[in-house]
Amino acid sequence: MRGVWSRVSITGSTTDMVDVTGLAKVFNRVRALDGISLRVRRGETLALFGANGAGKTTLLKTLATLVRPSAGGGRVAGHDLLTEREAIRARVGMLAHGHHLYEELTATENLRYYGVMYGVPDLGARLGQTLKEVGLEQAATRRVRTFSQGMKRRLALGCLMLRNPDLLLLDEPYVGLDRQATVLLNDYLLQVRARGGTILLATHNHAQGLALADRVVVLAGGRVALERQRGEITAEELRQTGLDPEGGHG
Amino acid sequence: MSFLRRVYIIAWKDVLLDLHTRENVTTLVFFSALILLVFNFALGPDRELLAQVSAGVIWLAFLLAGMLALGRSFLLERENECLEGLLLIPVDRSAIYLGKLGGNLLFMLVAEAILLPLFAVFFNLDLWAALPRLIPVAVLGTLGFAGLGTLFSAMAVHVRAREVMLPLLLLPVAVPVILATIRSTEVILRAGPWAEVAPWLQLMAGFDVIFLTVGVLVFDFILEQ
Repeated sequence: MRGVWSRVSITGSTTDMVDVTGLAKVFNRVRALDGISLRVRRGETLALFGANGAGKTTLLKTLATLVRPSAGGGRVAGHDLLTEREAIRARVGMLAHGHHLYEELTATENLRYYGVMYGVPDLGARLGQTLKEVGLEQAATRRVRTFSQGMKRRLALGCLMLRNPDLLLLDEPYVGLDRQATVLLNDYLLQVRARGGTILLATHNHAQGLALADRVVVLAGGRVALERQRGEITAEELRQTGLDPEGGHG
Repeated sequence: MSFLRRVYIIAWKDVLLDLHTRENVTTLVFFSALILLVFNFALGPDRELLAQVSAGVIWLAFLLAGMLALGRSFLLERENECLEGLLLIPVDRSAIYLGKLGGNLLFMLVAEAILLPLFAVFFNLDLWAALPRLIPVAVLGTLGFAGLGTLFSAMAVHVRAREVMLPLLLLPVAVPVILATIRSTEVILRAGPWAEVAPWLQLMAGFDVIFLTVGVLVFDFILEQ
């Protein structure tokens, strides 16, 4: 792992956190991504909008190295998407539909497991601090299966907070969140922005996405249908891509 | 953090999960014990017959029960998409294979250690005399079976009929290891010479190396979408 971290410091000076060209992914003859080219600057927050099946999740999974592209390539967090996948994973954090938590482990055991696997320094002290930040210090020794959905989402967020990745890939992060967890997530995203972190946020909640993003990309049929700075996008343009400007909750 | 430490943590996570739920080892032990019991009743007290079939029966019990544990191995990673979390960890994917294999191997060996005395009682065997020679056979046989089973368990995890698919994939390919394990156990239980056991052990060791090497090399492709 020392090799991975040393590469991170060497390549950490590029201005683009994501720079991919012609990304395509075919699943059983279905083109989930159809030649997407995308650049996201370091420190930028990008909202990804699109109808179901537009390719948002596949794009995020491809950038997170969970899916290998059928064609195209590029760099994520300064590393080659096709050949330096392990190094990319060291710098990327993903919050997706599943929260990646083991139901039969306690909150502390889950956090410790991910903390150790990601090589989080000073883990002992960080565990207690993180549990406090996500409001679960009283539930630290309880098994996750006894948690409410909101508590589980908070603990999943805690796993991200524990390691503070440089690039956050968020796939419908507001789904299943209670009020407390929504506030927590918003606060965390503001912190990430403040420290220069980069965020890609895929959501059906257009209002939430527009409130957070610097730039908006709309996907349709696995392609980039529209790309605008936040202040430039109009309701009419969203309608033309088949989206509801008011933005339903996903 | 080193590759081996991550392998250890993945295996330890599975062990910790089982310490909380006690599902794997309990299932393995009770299922194997049940098979032994059924065969014990079916075969009756005929000592000669028992001596002839005992090696096959004990490994049948261990391997069928082991298949249950192998099937569960990646199933528990499906809940809450933990497999995705595992795949996001910055480590060579072969570490995931070796970690899961470590957990499976441990569960199977613990179950075998618990069941062997029971087996000795049921089949009226002198376990202590056979034990020193049985241990390498059990370790090599179980390693080969678990190595292959872990690989196929990962392949079957996204398949709808995975309960059927795992034995269908695993048993035909594992035949050399199963055969060598049963044959060598048979020689040991009738107190045959070591020279008769050694070739089977070499065969098992050879297949273990092949299975594990293939597992390490192809695991990334198996899990990647």
